[in-house]
Amino acid sequence: MSVFQLLNGMTFAALLFIVASGFTLIFGLLRIVNLAHGALYLLGGYIGLAVAQATGIYLLSGLAAMGGIALAGLVLDQTLLRWVKGYELRQVLLTLGVALVINDLTLVIWGGDTFSVPVPPELQGAASILGVTYPKFRLFVLAVGVATFLALWLMLNKTRLGALIRAGVDDAEMVEASGINIQRVFLLTFMLGAALAGLGGWLGGAFLTLYPSADSEILVFSMAVVIIGGRGSLVGAAVGSVLIGMLNTFGQVWFPELAYFVIFGPMAVLLAFRPLGLFGRAA
Amino acid sequence: MINRRKLLKSTASISAVAASTVSFPAILRAQAAPIKIGLMAPLTGVLAAGGKELVEGFELWWERNGREIAGRKIEITVEDDASNPDTALQKARRLVEQTNVHFLVGNIVANTGLAVANYVKGNGVPYFIPVIAADDLTQRNRIPNVLRIAGYTGSQMTRPLADWSLKNGYKKVATVSQDYAYGHEMCGGFAQTFTEGGGQIVQQFWHPLNTADFSPYLGQLQGLGVDAIFGMETGADASRFLQQYANFGLKGKIPLISAMNVADQSVIRTLGDEPMDVVSCAMFCEGAQDEATKTFVGEYEKRYQKLPSVFGTTHFSGAMWLTQAITKIGGKVEDREALLKAVREVELKGSPLGPIVKLDPYGHPVYNVFIRKVAKREDGKKWNVPIATYPDVGQFWKYDPETYMKQPSYSRTFQGIKS
Amino acid sequence: MTSLAPTVVTTNKSGLRSALAWVGSAAILFVLIALPFVLKSYHLGIATQILIFAILAMSVDVLAGFAGRTPLCHGAIFGTATYFVIYGVNTWGLPLPVAMMIGVAAATAVAAVFALLAVRVSGVYFLLLTLALGLVIWGICLRWSQVTGGENGLRGDLRTGALADPATFYALVLVISLCAFFAMRRFVNSPFGLTLRGIRDSESRMASMGYNVTLHVFLAFTISGFFAGVAGAIYAVFNNFVSPSAVALAQSVQGLLMAIVGGIGTLVGSFVGAAVIIILEQFVSAYTERWQMVLGIVFILIMLFAPEGIVGKSRTLWHRRK
Repeated sequence: MSVFQLLNGMTFAALLFIVASGFTLIFGLLRIVNLAHGALYLLGGYIGLAVAQATGIYLLSGLAAMGGIALAGLVLDQTLLRWVKGYELRQVLLTLGVALVINDLTLVIWGGDTFSVPVPPELQGAASILGVTYPKFRLFVLAVGVATFLALWLMLNKTRLGALIRAGVDDAEMVEASGINIQRVFLLTFMLGAALAGLGGWLGGAFLTLYPSADSEILVFSMAVVIIGGRGSLVGAAVGSVLIGMLNTFGQVWFPELAYFVIFGPMAVLLAFRPLGLFGRAA
Repeated sequence: MINRRKLLKSTASISAVAASTVSFPAILRAQAAPIKIGLMAPLTGVLAAGGKELVEGFELWWERNGREIAGRKIEITVEDDASNPDTALQKARRLVEQTNVHFLVGNIVANTGLAVANYVKGNGVPYFIPVIAADDLTQRNRIPNVLRIAGYTGSQMTRPLADWSLKNGYKKVATVSQDYAYGHEMCGGFAQTFTEGGGQIVQQFWHPLNTADFSPYLGQLQGLGVDAIFGMETGADASRFLQQYANFGLKGKIPLISAMNVADQSVIRTLGDEPMDVVSCAMFCEGAQDEATKTFVGEYEKRYQKLPSVFGTTHFSGAMWLTQAITKIGGKVEDREALLKAVREVELKGSPLGPIVKLDPYGHPVYNVFIRKVAKREDGKKWNVPIATYPDVGQFWKYDPETYMKQPSYSRTFQGIKS
Repeated sequence: MTSLAPTVVTTNKSGLRSALAWVGSAAILFVLIALPFVLKSYHLGIATQILIFAILAMSVDVLAGFAGRTPLCHGAIFGTATYFVIYGVNTWGLPLPVAMMIGVAAATAVAAVFALLAVRVSGVYFLLLTLALGLVIWGICLRWSQVTGGENGLRGDLRTGALADPATFYALVLVISLCAFFAMRRFVNSPFGLTLRGIRDSESRMASMGYNVTLHVFLAFTISGFFAGVAGAIYAVFNNFVSPSAVALAQSVQGLLMAIVGGIGTLVGSFVGAAVIIILEQFVSAYTERWQMVLGIVFILIMLFAPEGIVGKSRTLWHRRK
């Protein structure tokens, strides 16, 4: 297990974590399996691309991607999802419809060419780390991934909102009963989860490029992460991301013929024995 | 986006109305019935951009030539195959059984083309495939009514590249490729010719289509001590491969030679400097300085504000090819045998595919191919410029066709490597 | 068992309504039989396709509508049969009927394995787990190229002789799909099926009454897989080729969508759902490439306004008027 391949697995895991943490937050608290999460990721990437091309300011494009997708999440939640609250399967299938629409919209607006979000010169090229030469941008993604984990962890464990979210994941009715406006917490969480998809799209747009159907690929990966990690668990999402990132990297090196099987096979087996994932708890 | 289908249909129906209102004798009017062409392209799905360019290239020819041959209007119906073989088959059925087209043209993804070919095998509808590159469609499993006008096969293009690589002093090469038939053929052609000429294939990497992350392969490629790396990628995989190849610092250290798709306009135009200096091999080269190419590239750029890709170029040339054949038979496309014969006999001149192009007895074109390199035009746009030319390259290279077809089709396990 | 009777609509309807139902069914049957005499070959092909997908949608409905487990893997089960039929004829040289039986058996076996892994979960987890299992099949078909032909898939030569005639083929598929319909209806109205509905409505109650919930769901899953396999086997003959798109997630989504659009828990709704989706696609794609967007919007609208589906919605409206 070389340092190089370890870094490959970790950097990919960092991107997966950013996307999957948003997915798991929404799944955990709102009980919504948001199948439009991948489409939001893609849309975030395109927004980042458009802003970066128009202004040339990299950080601004990232903020725009996050803000834009948080807004998209707000719209999605307030105009569509609120009508099917409490019906798990209807929500899932509705978000699937939303995913189809968003995906086709991006094709109409940006065409089918493969784009990549422009990266500032400071993040281009390679750096020397742990004795290997490694692309700076991937290290940047790794750093953002770790920072996201820390920020979310602090938010969940040290703030009032975090306490409410954690309580909501375990028992939403209890929180409601104690006189707190859980609906607002729900909405904020949904927007936060969506913003994380936007952040992922912005980073992934330079890392993995943007093109039609990029959404379903990242969606399948982040679902695998959440299934393995368990609903609503931040630590689960982190562990799941590292696991999938490593399986993906080392699977490709050691069992190139079995590339997909290496990821979904273990996941299916794990689920059969721990249906709620590694860190999942019964609702 | 313009809805091309509607556009084409409306112009066609206007002309149909115009034709029927003029009071010709009944027989003349029957002859003036339009020639119906069914054009299939992936307008949605992974290859949506390529599909759009396919239609644009095809359309550009009719804009230049006019939409009439031998007194008959040309009516083109475009269908979206969605990059999905099930959809492609359904649309082919619709074009043939409902729209009553006289023949089919198009498709990009091999599995869509193979599905349609299997369908026309049963009913004899002529099907022309300027991009579908599956070797066996004009080799071991050829179908008489499927002709690869203006097209190419995977293994055909990489043999001259292997020859050039040997002459350029490369002795050890590793290949990295998408793991499906087109990739196996591209790599197989290269590996066989390269090893037969004394070169060595150090290792071959196969990865699934839509590989997000190439880093595991790039990591292994770095340490192999090869003279060059042969890359075979299409679409988004090609973009990512080129980008990550540069990001991991391989660019400038190990020369990259590639399948034509890696250096195609559809890939390189949205990238930065990553694809610069990549060497590939194709039957056309948008930076070539011959008159036919310059005219075509100029017209295409003026009309669509971008340089043409393989999809546009082949379908432009394919339309040109069909026009010649249909003119020769006086527009009588109902006679399928005559149409196919005329298409087989075309000697295409003045196309962006070079001075002269014709089909071999197996329905596959023979033409000059370019070894090309990605460079920058004066205005900073990236394009391929020719660095060498191989004349009269066919699908069998220097082999005897019948002997060649006795060897198995290229696959992950059979690459024709001579040890 | 008596406590379950009210949920069985068919057993307590009035004489008039039952007469109407009979007349309606007879009329529909007449139209289905008359189709080959009025439609051109292309449209007959579409009608055939509708029937094939109706079987797939019904197989989804057996599980989703009657056992309360919504699966996203039936495309993979369906496509397994398709692969086996073409591979069986091409490589093993089997006669078509034998290959089709083997295809259905293989699909049933895959469904049984899936069922073993998935019986313990329900709700959204069941959806996710079956989705993952379906992806495993898809991954195998995509990568095991020596056998499956990889991305390019396999081509067959199955529609020869009488099957080449669209009318004959349609008639055959019509007979099979009606048999499948009656068999599944019989199944869901059997004592076993009634127990399934009990499980759907309250798993804990059925368990406390001494029913073996796990075994019932396992059998329902396997039987539903059998019918998905029947649809997949016919699809092999219909298309004459197979590629990973036959086992892809999109296929599972399509089967589920058709069942939902028609009406979950109605069986007959699957015919309506399949017809609506396929005809809508035909119609829309003649004018625009934006089929995916239209499909998404249909999905959203159905979920918002008619989650019980077309047949379900009309039934409620019908009953309300009475």
